Amino acid sequence: MPADLDIDHIARLARIDLTPEEKAAFSAQLGDVLAHIEKLKQVDVTCVEPTAHGFPIYNVWQADEPGPTLTPEQALGNAPAQRDNMIAVPKVVE
Amino acid sequence: MPTHRTIADLADALAKKELSSVELTQAVIDRTAAVEPRVRAFTSWDSADALAQARASDERRAAGHARGPLDGIPIGIKDNIAVTGQPLTASSKILASYRSPYDATVITRLRNAGAVIWGRLNLDEFAMGSSTENSAFGTTANPHDLTRVPGGSSGGSAAAVAAGEAIGTLGSDTGGSIRQPAAFCGVTGLKPTYGLVSRYGLAAFASSLDQIGPLTRTVEDTAILLQAIAGHDPLDSTSCQIAVPDYRAALHSRPPRSAPRHLGIPREYFGEGLDPEVGAAVGQAVAHYKKLGYEIREISLPHTEHCLSVYFIVATAECSSNLARLDGIRYGHRSPAATDAVDIYTKTRAEGFGPEVKRRIILGTYVLSSGYYDAYYLRAQKVRTLIRQDFQKAFEQVDAIITPANPGTAFKKGEYAKNLMALYLSDIYTIGANLAGLPGISLPCGYSKDNLPIGLQLLGQPFKETDLLQIAHDYEAAHDWAKRFPNL
Repeated sequence: MPADLDIDHIARLARIDLTPEEKAAFSAQLGDVLAHIEKLKQVDVTCVEPTAHGFPIYNVWQADEPGPTLTPEQALGNAPAQRDNMIAVPKVVE
Repeated sequence: MPTHRTIADLADALAKKELSSVELTQAVIDRTAAVEPRVRAFTSWDSADALAQARASDERRAAGHARGPLDGIPIGIKDNIAVTGQPLTASSKILASYRSPYDATVITRLRNAGAVIWGRLNLDEFAMGSSTENSAFGTTANPHDLTRVPGGSSGGSAAAVAAGEAIGTLGSDTGGSIRQPAAFCGVTGLKPTYGLVSRYGLAAFASSLDQIGPLTRTVEDTAILLQAIAGHDPLDSTSCQIAVPDYRAALHSRPPRSAPRHLGIPREYFGEGLDPEVGAAVGQAVAHYKKLGYEIREISLPHTEHCLSVYFIVATAECSSNLARLDGIRYGHRSPAATDAVDIYTKTRAEGFGPEVKRRIILGTYVLSSGYYDAYYLRAQKVRTLIRQDFQKAFEQVDAIITPANPGTAFKKGEYAKNLMALYLSDIYTIGANLAGLPGISLPCGYSKDNLPIGLQLLGQPFKETDLLQIAHDYEAAHDWAKRFPNL
């Protein structure tokens, strides 16, 4: 495992609670993957532009016109909790 | 058995009224009921819904309004593509109870073509994996050897076609997830050019790599399914505005060529790690092309060794971002143990995601985290440019590139449980096409001494699916691998 892979910090950033067993396993496995990835540092990328997609793509704007949308029932159909046509969540402010 | 026939053949039978869609769909349902306990290709299916669609197709046909070769043909759908009212689990516990309120664009197009939308097919959770062992709902078996994996992540889609549980299927391919399972199961799988097929309604894994594509028995069937789903979609901002040719017609009526086609053999794909039986089968395919008058050229794709590293950085970075939406707030599982908002995120995701998804989210979060972005993500995107340029240079010399689809044949379930890097490396021949956005097809080119299918991969130039399908068809037309069925 690379010395700088702080699994607790990364798990917090990723918003996933990991068990001690998962932390140990992932650290070892990701160490192997990162060791493999390290080889990329051997590639000369001077003056190389990054590629975000296989092809150049540009912003596509949709016309701001009303159209069919999901009904409230459809939109809420998969909500874990709902009340008064809204998704219910625990209180987030004091 | 109608379930072992091709789309093209069944379309003909339906047109001649030798068979009804209800009879065909019922045969698929019966076949599924008979073999599914052993194959486990599906996460769920709805026979009544499929039969209702089949009845509608028969009524359309009786009224003289049949819609083309897919009308009345049952097509299975990978369970990460949205179908209205059907579950969309992505083979994850976090979406176990999710039902889609809308159709993906590919589903709308299949419906417009008259296809019977049939069943939800198993996959590696959120399409992350190479064996379909990462599904929260159990592993699919390879129909040719039930102790082996069907490949992944579209393992259910490939196994269902091989086993006759669907006449064709849709899968998705992020690093080889259509071509690799197609090769393991002895069927044909196409990953279209990035941007040719809309991703609207696909549960995203890595958005710059994902592409939906068909798995079928034959190249002609692939052309038929691709025809239905290809083309610009305003609902997907990465969808290209490009005219869609008649892929099927191009297989059968070709203008004479003034010069032979050139096929490139990349030397980096035929080295260490390639199973000799696979190498020999691909070698025989090359010899066949030579006999047909193709010119074969050795080429080099010098950055091939870096494809896996670039893929792992780009794919995990994008997946860590895409899967952030699964937070237990708006849809899917919510941890009952959570007390506050952050607690909902962390506990829901801990309970809902399986180990491979967690591993990839953690890696993706790491490579995007403060201080590491330039060293990993930005560098990977630059090496991706070099990989793309390798292919561009190769296509200045050749019309298509011929390679094995996989280094080996289907492996035993659990074989790589303790050697993840070896498992990840098994995708080495397919990943390049996703990084460069190219179309790639895998079709059967032989069987090993253990009676396991071997896959031939052809990679083509962007949006030249017609050429790719023609080249694949030139091999298939002289071989009968597509007529070989697993003994189930």
